[in-house]
Amino acid sequence: MSDLLTLPTRRDEAFRYADIASLETLWPVAMQEIRVAAGQSDSLALVLDGAAADARDLSIVLEDGASFDLHLLNAGSAYGRIAVEVRLGKRSRFHLGAAQIAGGDQTVEVVTEVRHAEPDAVSTQVVRSVLAGHATGTYLGRVAVARGAIGTDGSQSIRAMLLDRTATANARPELEIYADDVKCAHGCAVGELDPQGLFYLAQRGLPPAAAKKLMLQAFIAEAFVGAADEEALTQAALAALEAVL
Amino acid sequence: MLNIQDLSATVADKPILKGLSLTINAGEIHAIMGPNGAGKSTLGYTLGGRPGYEVTSGSVSFNGEDLFALEPYERAAAGLFLGFQYPVEIPGVSFVQFLRESANAQRKVRGEAPLSGGEFLKLAKEKAALLRMDMDMLKRPVNVGFSGGEKKRAEMVQMGILDPKLAILDETDSGLDIDALRICGEGINAIMRKPDKAVLLITHYQRLLDYVKPDFVHVLAGGRIVRTGGAELALELEEQGYEAVAA
Repeated sequence: MSDLLTLPTRRDEAFRYADIASLETLWPVAMQEIRVAAGQSDSLALVLDGAAADARDLSIVLEDGASFDLHLLNAGSAYGRIAVEVRLGKRSRFHLGAAQIAGGDQTVEVVTEVRHAEPDAVSTQVVRSVLAGHATGTYLGRVAVARGAIGTDGSQSIRAMLLDRTATANARPELEIYADDVKCAHGCAVGELDPQGLFYLAQRGLPPAAAKKLMLQAFIAEAFVGAADEEALTQAALAALEAVL
Repeated sequence: MLNIQDLSATVADKPILKGLSLTINAGEIHAIMGPNGAGKSTLGYTLGGRPGYEVTSGSVSFNGEDLFALEPYERAAAGLFLGFQYPVEIPGVSFVQFLRESANAQRKVRGEAPLSGGEFLKLAKEKAALLRMDMDMLKRPVNVGFSGGEKKRAEMVQMGILDPKLAILDETDSGLDIDALRICGEGINAIMRKPDKAVLLITHYQRLLDYVKPDFVHVLAGGRIVRTGGAELALELEEQGYEAVAA
């Protein structure tokens, strides 16, 4: 994807909403390669919560029967981009749980390409974004099912919460299916916090920021369910949340 | 404690309250009754500060403070509790966490030390027992999967924990079966019938008033109080209907 030496432009689909000026300072982005051997399991939790712009590029190859859990927190105070390319072997399993939290004029994005190359592999993606101020949060995710990859099960659950009407959420879950007998589902929703709920919490004594944090906690937590370091990821996400509320 | 002077309020630019005046002193229990659409719930929401409920004229003082100068959460910390007709569900957040944070947020505004986990749980257990609610229910997400009656009992548990000075209870009796009605009524008495507290019950029916005997009953119609009397007024309403009594 982005291991080319030429800086991409916004005409490139995978960079359509990217902060190109920030990306230029990070370019070229080194590709981090991960390979999980047949029948093995592995996991990675990647947290971008620093003050400087950051971009990561992951390439994951799952051999037959391998399993990989990837958890991402994209919540730094500048541009943050995480691109993930996954190739699934026979009966392998990939799970992505990602949370993006941004405020100010920030841009954050998760871009995935999950390729079901062989039969009977399962991929699940859960992405939750909380966007305040003039922030832009993007998820571009393609699930590609190759010819012959029958029995594929791919799902994408993408949700974004806008804390201000000036924030932007882009979500583009894509399916590209060249096989019969596959199960692919994608769901996508962009919403706002329920004002009734916020008033209920305020009436019990919670100031607005505390009320919003409480209501968003469960939303964010969905991205980290089942992670080995679920508690630490959730705490880091809540700290990032406090910064944008 | 609460002094409402000539209050008018609109919802979506539609006038609902039209010059309502009411004084509630410490130690008193007041009931507001009235037909559908009279403005009963609007009164509760306006006092609570719900967004969209615009005060167009009049004033409300609460223990000497200008109520409308306070944000909703500050009104709660000042001791105003609004029991909701339709309590809101908050998935993923337990009652215990929500109520401990709420109680401590109120204590912070009042300059009091926060309750520790142990202190809070002891208090929560005591109040849950008062309303015959299983403590395990308070470990569940706020109101999620609760029946109508359970939600109302949970509202009363919250009231017990937050220990307000004034409780405005909006149709706490709706959706309750006979036993739950009695339990809620007894809960209101145990928590709020004290010389330094007051209650404003908003209700359609006399039945809750069998358990929580009001000192004053007001009839709200057309956005203002059209009649005030003692507990016997509720019985009269029950017999003759709003139209006859409010006319």
